[in-house]
Amino acid sequence: MKENVVVIGGGVAGMEAARELLLLGYNPIVVEQQDHLGGHVAQWNRLFPDISSAGDLVRTLGDGITDANIFLETKVTFVNRLQNGYLVMLSNGVNIACRAILVATGFKLFDASRKEEYGYGVYDHVVTNADLESWFNGNDSDRFPAAPKSIGFVHCVGSRDLKAGNSQCSKVCCITAVKQAIEMKERFPDARVFCFYMDLRLFGKKYEDFYIRAQQEFGIQFIRGRVSEVGETLEGRLQVKAEDTLSGKPLKVQLDLLVLMAGMSCNPEVAELARMARLDMDSDGFLRSRDNLGGINESNRPGIFYAGACTGAKTVPETLAEARSAALAIHRYMQGR
Amino acid sequence: MIYEGKQKIWRDYQKEIPDDHWYYVRSCIRQNFFPASERKFTDITQQVLGKDVYETPYHTTCGGIAYHCDAIPQETVMTIVARQFALMTEAGYENYVPSCVTSFGNYVEILETWHEFPELETRIREQLWKACRREFKKPKYLAHTSDLIYHWRNEIAEKARVRLIDKETGEPVRMSEHIGCHYAKMFPSKGIGGAEYPYVLAGMIESWGGQVVDYPERRHCCGYGFRQYHMKANRGYCVSNTHKKFESMEPYGIQAILTNCPGCCYFMDRWQYVIAEQTGKTYGKDGFGIPVFTYEELAGLVLGYDPWDLGLQLHQVAVEPFLDRIGVEYDPKAKYLGLNREDILRPELPTNLKCF
Repeated sequence: MKENVVVIGGGVAGMEAARELLLLGYNPIVVEQQDHLGGHVAQWNRLFPDISSAGDLVRTLGDGITDANIFLETKVTFVNRLQNGYLVMLSNGVNIACRAILVATGFKLFDASRKEEYGYGVYDHVVTNADLESWFNGNDSDRFPAAPKSIGFVHCVGSRDLKAGNSQCSKVCCITAVKQAIEMKERFPDARVFCFYMDLRLFGKKYEDFYIRAQQEFGIQFIRGRVSEVGETLEGRLQVKAEDTLSGKPLKVQLDLLVLMAGMSCNPEVAELARMARLDMDSDGFLRSRDNLGGINESNRPGIFYAGACTGAKTVPETLAEARSAALAIHRYMQGR
Repeated sequence: MIYEGKQKIWRDYQKEIPDDHWYYVRSCIRQNFFPASERKFTDITQQVLGKDVYETPYHTTCGGIAYHCDAIPQETVMTIVARQFALMTEAGYENYVPSCVTSFGNYVEILETWHEFPELETRIREQLWKACRREFKKPKYLAHTSDLIYHWRNEIAEKARVRLIDKETGEPVRMSEHIGCHYAKMFPSKGIGGAEYPYVLAGMIESWGGQVVDYPERRHCCGYGFRQYHMKANRGYCVSNTHKKFESMEPYGIQAILTNCPGCCYFMDRWQYVIAEQTGKTYGKDGFGIPVFTYEELAGLVLGYDPWDLGLQLHQVAVEPFLDRIGVEYDPKAKYLGLNREDILRPELPTNLKCF
């Protein structure tokens, strides 16, 4: 009989780990509180740097776990330590005994309305990166003007922001903003597109090429400076004040759409899981790995492993690689190695 | 504009305001700018609302104006403030309400600093004892006077004799609110409604029948800015900021502005004269300016006080068109009669800004 491994979280980390665990001969049981698998990626339209389909990725991962037990709209209500493993109790009444648990609870998108100066939730045409992806997916909304003449992107919304309680860099926002700016420019070639950034952290494969293309081929203007204030004009356009720190001048521009690059913050619900399973948490609210070099997948408890953004901001390729690594770590643990 | 979005933010920034027993301290500059406002605050709170609002003549400046002009160090300001708290303690009060927004910001900043650095509070206590043999308790509650008028706004509305309704059209008058920077920009959680979309004045306007109008430069500084204005060479910068605000609000048909800061009210009123003289441009209807009121003045108008008893003749911008609009009765001939009913003389009229 195949051994159970409880995978908490059905995002791309949980899905990829479950696929690997199936291939390694285990019985992964995926517990997902939403009514669908794929997490945040399932809400996205295209993924950088190849502008590949997020839906295709989620479908491919889903095809790989058709033999797994999957509980949707289900939460973990309690984790009991047994002599040789854990008893995981679920909100649907199912109790699962297992020797290993994989935590893949992911992140929470920063609530952009907390940066009140940007006016998300107050001004009609201020949206987030997630709203824009949803619109790309065909979910129309009055908040998106039909033919915008000027569009702005604000980087680092709720990332590297001590006042917002998030000191960490969310890693993906810079390249996501470049991607989304290009996509908007492709849809609206006559629109002027501005990116307001404090640093550009384009560290990944093809990222820099993407950034150069954004400027050379698409004429996207990158302005090093933070947006200080957003207001609304009589015509319903957005008046955005910012500082251009390279020219050393304040600037004011009217836009038809402002996209806030909401960052990754810790999933607050993971704190309850951490309390039940006595897992260590970091000062940033993410789960703390045993070792950030050699033990990134390991927790402070035997048999409990991590994958993906539950330990900090990750890109999709990093998340998938961590998920496979976590599956191997679980396999080694089960084998007593 | 998504009004519900603002309401959500307003719900997040509320503060506990005791309903009675306040130790009241006046501003050092409001007495000169709009001298009736503070007197009317005590009249309204004590006589109309029946509240216990106590003040003492031994109160001095809080030092905030010198602090924000970089003229004295913060420890000196703290010792002055410690003495004010000692006066409150000796009077048997624990709720402290300053009339000046900069004082309010100053008190908040000092209390927060003492909270973070208790050793500094200990040193200030020692300095106060050495200087004047006084001891103090920190206020249990700290509010600005506009917080109290906001808190009692519905009681004022119940007693209102005038509503902020255009008597010709029956429509709410279109008003903008302007919050002093030191009210909530330093500590958003200490202001009603926070720093970006403050509700303290908007709540009064709504309760008294008016309509709050937003405009793109609503959050911009009035132009005073302490060390900008007080350095004479920088005054052009001050007026340019005020000019920016009025240019921004021009298309919105704003009929009056409500403020809660001594400097904001004064400069947004007086600079309209300077702008009119420099550029020939006025922002109200028919060559008038847009009147700028303190919250005590507006509360007084709503409660039916005589506008000249509220000191409205000391405004640069003529208030009469606004009084006519909301149906306030007044005697134009009494505008320049003092409290003793003798002539206080008439100011010279501007060239471009229409006044009476």
